Amino acid sequence: MSAGDAMHPGLNLGQTDAETHARAGHDLFGFWIFLMSDAVLFALLFATYGVMLRGTAGGPGPADVYKLLTAFVETVVLLTSSFTFGMASISLKHARGIAPITAWLGVTLALGLAFLAMEYNDLATMVGDGAVPARSGFLSSFHALISLHGLHVLAGCLWIVVMLVQLCVFGRDGRVKINMLRLGLFWHFLDIVWVAIFSVVFLQGLAR
Amino acid sequence: MTGAALLGRLGWQSLAFVRAWQDPSLNTLIAAGAAALVVIGAVAVVALITLRGQWRRLWREWFTSLDHKKIGIMYVALSFVMLARALAEAVLMRLQQATAINAPGVVDAEHFAQLFSTHGTIMIFFMAMPFLTGLINYVLPLQIGARDVSFPLLNAISLWLTAAAAGLMMASLVVGRFSTGGWSGYPPFTETGFSPGVGPDYWIWAVTLGSIGSTLTGLNFATTIYKKRCTGMTVMRMPLFVWTSLCTSILMIFSMPALTVATALLALDRYLGFHFFTNALGGNMMNYANLFWLFGHPEVYVLILPAFGIYSEVVSTFSTKELYGYASLAIATIAIAVLSFTVWVHHFFTMGQSANINAVFGIATMAIGVPTGVKIYNWIWTMFRGEVRFTVPLLYALAFMMTFVLGGLTGIILAFPPLDYLVHNTLFLVAHFHNMLIPGLLYGLLAGYHYWFPKAFGFRLDERWGRVSFACWVVGFYLAFMPLYVLGAAGMARRSSEVLEPAFRPWLLVAGAGALVLAAALAALFVQLWVSVRHRRANVVPAGDPWDGRALEWSVSAPPPEYNFAVLPHVAGRDPFHDAKRKGTAYAEPVRYAPIEMPRNSAVGPILGALGGWAAFALVWQIWWLAAATVIGMIATVIARSFVRDVERTIPAETVARIERDWHETLARSAPTTRDFETTAINRGLAQVLA
Repeated sequence: MSAGDAMHPGLNLGQTDAETHARAGHDLFGFWIFLMSDAVLFALLFATYGVMLRGTAGGPGPADVYKLLTAFVETVVLLTSSFTFGMASISLKHARGIAPITAWLGVTLALGLAFLAMEYNDLATMVGDGAVPARSGFLSSFHALISLHGLHVLAGCLWIVVMLVQLCVFGRDGRVKINMLRLGLFWHFLDIVWVAIFSVVFLQGLAR
Repeated sequence: MTGAALLGRLGWQSLAFVRAWQDPSLNTLIAAGAAALVVIGAVAVVALITLRGQWRRLWREWFTSLDHKKIGIMYVALSFVMLARALAEAVLMRLQQATAINAPGVVDAEHFAQLFSTHGTIMIFFMAMPFLTGLINYVLPLQIGARDVSFPLLNAISLWLTAAAAGLMMASLVVGRFSTGGWSGYPPFTETGFSPGVGPDYWIWAVTLGSIGSTLTGLNFATTIYKKRCTGMTVMRMPLFVWTSLCTSILMIFSMPALTVATALLALDRYLGFHFFTNALGGNMMNYANLFWLFGHPEVYVLILPAFGIYSEVVSTFSTKELYGYASLAIATIAIAVLSFTVWVHHFFTMGQSANINAVFGIATMAIGVPTGVKIYNWIWTMFRGEVRFTVPLLYALAFMMTFVLGGLTGIILAFPPLDYLVHNTLFLVAHFHNMLIPGLLYGLLAGYHYWFPKAFGFRLDERWGRVSFACWVVGFYLAFMPLYVLGAAGMARRSSEVLEPAFRPWLLVAGAGALVLAAALAALFVQLWVSVRHRRANVVPAGDPWDGRALEWSVSAPPPEYNFAVLPHVAGRDPFHDAKRKGTAYAEPVRYAPIEMPRNSAVGPILGALGGWAAFALVWQIWWLAAATVIGMIATVIARSFVRDVERTIPAETVARIERDWHETLARSAPTTRDFETTAINRGLAQVLA
């Protein structure tokens, strides 16, 4: 197998770093499996949400509490952060120094934090309006699903900070590269989950 | 700081000893006695290690080790401790039902409910899971010709999370009370409205820690099998134990999240007042039943498939014959794994879905019998016209084949919804799943324990005590569980702490006697270990191949060197070591040895385990400062570890050469043994090969 072959789905290091590339196939395979397991977690929470949709117990329903505009802005912010992370990955593979990588990672981090801030604001508004998770089964499932995604984004932001420090400490060594590839998969995965949340939770909730 | 802020719900009343002191009765004294056993046992172990000055060695060579072999052994040791506790609880439960016939019995209803909850939880999560994970850990890399699993550190973390969860189960004996909601923890009973105490919280966090450990284990094993097989080992050349390990790992990856979701949502209900499974405000208990069994049924096969793999190895080796129908066995394993996700509703046929839905799941359930039947036939045909040697592992395999088929037949009865309505929630069901899990899981794991013990420790287990133990496990099983079929068909509800029908007495007495025989079986197993360790010099098998084995694990010394293989093997077929022995190419010395890179020890596993265990304890007792501190500690540990760059160490070529030459000298000194003498002291682990 030559170093140019794709060893795993997603961005491959290929010829730019043959040694790390050879290890990446193994390490990233494990991470893909982790993401599958994580995806099952989200799938079950989506299913739970579907089951509990009618369990409003006389409290507010989807149309009363969802705000399409902010959800849409959040979607745009998170999708943009996926693009900027993609730029960080490409600079990881091709750029000489670490400056472009850290710059793109910094932008991604800022977008991720902006997303979290907006989401927090949304949830706080809901809580202020009395749409608390303890109000009904429907609100319980909504808050659990959204918060789990939010916690994932928070973990992703923390991971970005750690990678920024490691880039400064170690430069682009093999382990930093492999962890960046893993973080990339994680970040894009969160995006996909959010797209599902936007379509299944917000759009359907408002369309019904 | 007030007491509540410092210690949460913890108080003097939480201690089993204090409760026994204030209200001395047989019931509280039994609880205090069990708690005392835990405390005395822990103190005795700590004192013994301290007196012998072994802490440093234990820490360096075992607790921080990332060697898959040592991690495997620690898993199995953990499972034996937990087996002893859960079996003692089983004996107590049988004793209760045998004596509580229109009488109070030995324990009260609440204590009895704790007993069946901990018994089930421990047997599934802290006996069976660690045992099979330990065996796979030990054997899998050796069988596929690898030096370790894919992620050795993750492996250690899984072990220590599981150990922490098991420790939490033990703590629940001393501090507080365990859940009374059964091993499945059904809400709304386990919600705060009905169970305000700490019991369900103990259950939630022990199970959650264990399930996270198992998910990571499954991920690790699957990656190992996909990516680390040696040259030439195509999937259709993998030993069958590797096949079943792969399917078990896949089941873990996909089913464990369902358990994590179920317990996490229940925790949200209990801690933050959510309404997932409550009676009021839009909660939906049926969603819990679906989530739990979406995990629970695949879990049955997580438990049973590795045992199927062990039987395949054992039957083939001790029949001196190639496994019959290898491809059909592999396909049957996959079929079982896939079908296991399609049958979960059969755990609650009576809970209100339509007859058509029940019919679909009933038919799917019966369909699983087909690939399982294929396997039974394969093992029988493997033995047919083989030179069968009735060693302890093969005896377990035979007892399994008979007993498991019997359990399968009652399973078909239960798969038929109208019949299930008649015996649902009776002892018939209890008899059925013990009839599947004792032969289908415990016998298999014990067969594997006897089969691979000489590989792991370099000496065989005592054959005579092994047979005594085997006889007790089989006789005890039939005595303890066949009466439960009768009682269940007669309508006796499961989980009854008191019996109102005197006609049940003879059956309950027989079952109670059976439980005592099962306790004797475990005692015999410990005696066997003791005797074997004492007589280990007579039973050593340093050459490494005591059973004329077929797969790669037998091609190295016993115990194997830490790097497993001095040179990674190349294989050209199934049963590679068996073929090499016949061709005379086994034990070939390489021209030269190369240095080998192995992972360095790491304290991250024990640290995360300890922090995880305390975090769980803090959550149970609502000691918020401790929970926050330990969780932050865990995150900090993971981040700190990501900065460690010096994670590998190199074993120099000279060291490898010295270890290997020593072993080859041993080989040269050993006299080949024929199969007639394999259970005698003549067996030094070198098999006489007849071309």
